[in-house]
Amino acid sequence: MSHYAELKRPLFTPFFLALAVVVVIGCVFLAARFVLGMGAVSNLNGGYPWGVWVIYDIVVGTALACGGYALAVTVYIFNKGQYHPLIRPALLTSLLGYGFAGIGAFVDMGRWFQFYNLFLPSRMNVNAVMLEVGLCVATYVLVLCIEFLPTVLDKFRAQALRQKLDKVLFFFIALGILLPTMHQSSLGTFLIAMGWKVHPLWQSLHLQPLLAVLSAFTMGFAIVVFEASLTATGFRRHPETHLLAGLGKIIVGLISAFLVFRFAEILIRGKLGLVFAFDLGSVMFLIETGFFIFALVTLLSPAKRGNGKYLLYAAVSMVVAGALYRFNAFLITFNPGPGYSYFPALPELMMTVATIATEIMVYLFVVKNFPVLPREEHAAA
Amino acid sequence: MDRRNFFKTSLGGAAAAVASAGAHARPNLEPAPEAVGMLYDSTLCVGCKACVSKCKEVNGMPPVAMGNDTYADFALDLSAQTLNVIKIYTDGKATTKDAEKDGFAFEKRSCMHCVDPGCVSVCPVTALTRDPRTGIVSYDVDACIGCRTCMTGCPYNVPQYEYNNPFGKIFKCQMCNQKGVERIDKGGMTGCAEACPTGATLFGPRTALLEEAKRRIALKPGETYRYPRGDVSKPDSFFEKTVTQYQDHVWGEKEAGGTNVMHLSAISYDKLGMPPLGERSHASISEGVQHTIYSYFALPAIALTGLTWLVRRNTAEAGESKEGSGS
Repeated sequence: MSHYAELKRPLFTPFFLALAVVVVIGCVFLAARFVLGMGAVSNLNGGYPWGVWVIYDIVVGTALACGGYALAVTVYIFNKGQYHPLIRPALLTSLLGYGFAGIGAFVDMGRWFQFYNLFLPSRMNVNAVMLEVGLCVATYVLVLCIEFLPTVLDKFRAQALRQKLDKVLFFFIALGILLPTMHQSSLGTFLIAMGWKVHPLWQSLHLQPLLAVLSAFTMGFAIVVFEASLTATGFRRHPETHLLAGLGKIIVGLISAFLVFRFAEILIRGKLGLVFAFDLGSVMFLIETGFFIFALVTLLSPAKRGNGKYLLYAAVSMVVAGALYRFNAFLITFNPGPGYSYFPALPELMMTVATIATEIMVYLFVVKNFPVLPREEHAAA
Repeated sequence: MDRRNFFKTSLGGAAAAVASAGAHARPNLEPAPEAVGMLYDSTLCVGCKACVSKCKEVNGMPPVAMGNDTYADFALDLSAQTLNVIKIYTDGKATTKDAEKDGFAFEKRSCMHCVDPGCVSVCPVTALTRDPRTGIVSYDVDACIGCRTCMTGCPYNVPQYEYNNPFGKIFKCQMCNQKGVERIDKGGMTGCAEACPTGATLFGPRTALLEEAKRRIALKPGETYRYPRGDVSKPDSFFEKTVTQYQDHVWGEKEAGGTNVMHLSAISYDKLGMPPLGERSHASISEGVQHTIYSYFALPAIALTGLTWLVRRNTAEAGESKEGSGS
């Protein structure tokens, strides 16, 4: 018997229908974007060419979608098989997060009708971080589809195909660990080329790729904890607290490593004064670090780590910290100089909210129709 | 090698690779062998904006209106409608030209045609290129996917995307040498340099312009100098003016690897809105990191081999393929 099962609950709940309304509104703005141009629905400008679409949908969104990546490393590299029950929901969220990041990139692409140039070797610029990110994310979405395929095959009881797939799956799992390591680090490298426009507290130059990959990894684990807690509460199921507490321990190590590198760079380059300047950059830095520290301190205590409520608080705090780290670097403290300012337009924000709503709708549809969530008796065991 | 050791080694390798990225990074690019550029001398500029009109004429772009007024070009900054703009610095009563206090000064903004251009480095589809001979930075609309990374990678906010067009493209100065214009290839000069009545915008080979700039800085304030107009290597006329005290610094000689469009000013460059740049180009640092990680794809290939081996071993141990509970 499989360890996973469909969730036997009705799909069309009031919450689901409310999400649908948000999605319809988003689609109207989406149409406007393609008919009238990006200016009609966004506040993007010459100094801020990347707004919430790129920074939330891609830069932060893919980090939130690192649950599958983080768990794959735990289960398949560190051989912690006990976390296996969490992997299917994590993979689903990863697939959704990355899939919609790809769609988001397409919507944000000013000359989307020429997107195929990215895949033509004659056009490629191997110096460009964007090339690596584009190709890597596209490949990873395919790999995630393959990694998720067993769930679909189980649903349709395609045993023969499933056995064939299992023989080669290990390679795709390995690829599914390598690819996020590559493009998540590259998201950090983007910041190097942005040079002086990036606030010094976030401009760590050579350390950018390392900090980016560490933050992605930490957010991946935090989102697994968050999701599992939410699923347990939302569907009134048994929480998998004993498993999640273990993940909490891993998060402690990761946050510590991140903070050590982060602060070492700031100290060595003599930027500590900027931390206490109490301007926008300093305040955002302190808030961001506060969230990191709260997650760290909460998870350090074995008692709190084993308590579902505190575990959830810590996970949320960590997700916020990681998201803020990226938002701060790319958008909030990003400063292209005098004459330019940016705050997202309402339609622009609505499109991002609609993207999130779509992801939740697809998630609900899939967990209620495919064997994704761990069987209750298994999880409680 | 057991798992723990493998992991230690690979982590160590990755850390070493990242740490040594600095050492592996390429230096700044050097100026192109026959680099052409411009010298903009703020002390000569009278703010007539003849260069702005001429630029619009050469590029077939309409002037920017103010309300319904179109008798002049009212562009305030670079945009998808404007590739070249004259801006003004003012302080206090704004009575003295080229004074920081109670004074004013003009500033020309257009593509600086960097020696080590950030936009070229970050463009994923080679839509932006640096001419290997002239150093002119050009744009290929047929390659461009509109990702606008060039805008994030330009230290001067030069490339501008056309947001109000569903099929918008990037706009930037291509030194009047784009397809269909090719003024430089035909032995001519840029429109803005040709139109400038005082020689504030001077066209020419980068080396000659740099010499001219240093000559001007060495002049004594108060003496008269015959400023060449048009092309520094074959000036069509001269403009006589009393020399103002220059800043002892040619903007673009060294900034972020240098630029082919250089500036001279009497007031400090940050007052004119120039960005805080060091001598090292961020393009060179970014490419150094990227090429260290992806050198011959060696690191990813080694990592993939190790990961495949580990995953295969661990999935076989768990006997997942038989049980069928794999991811």
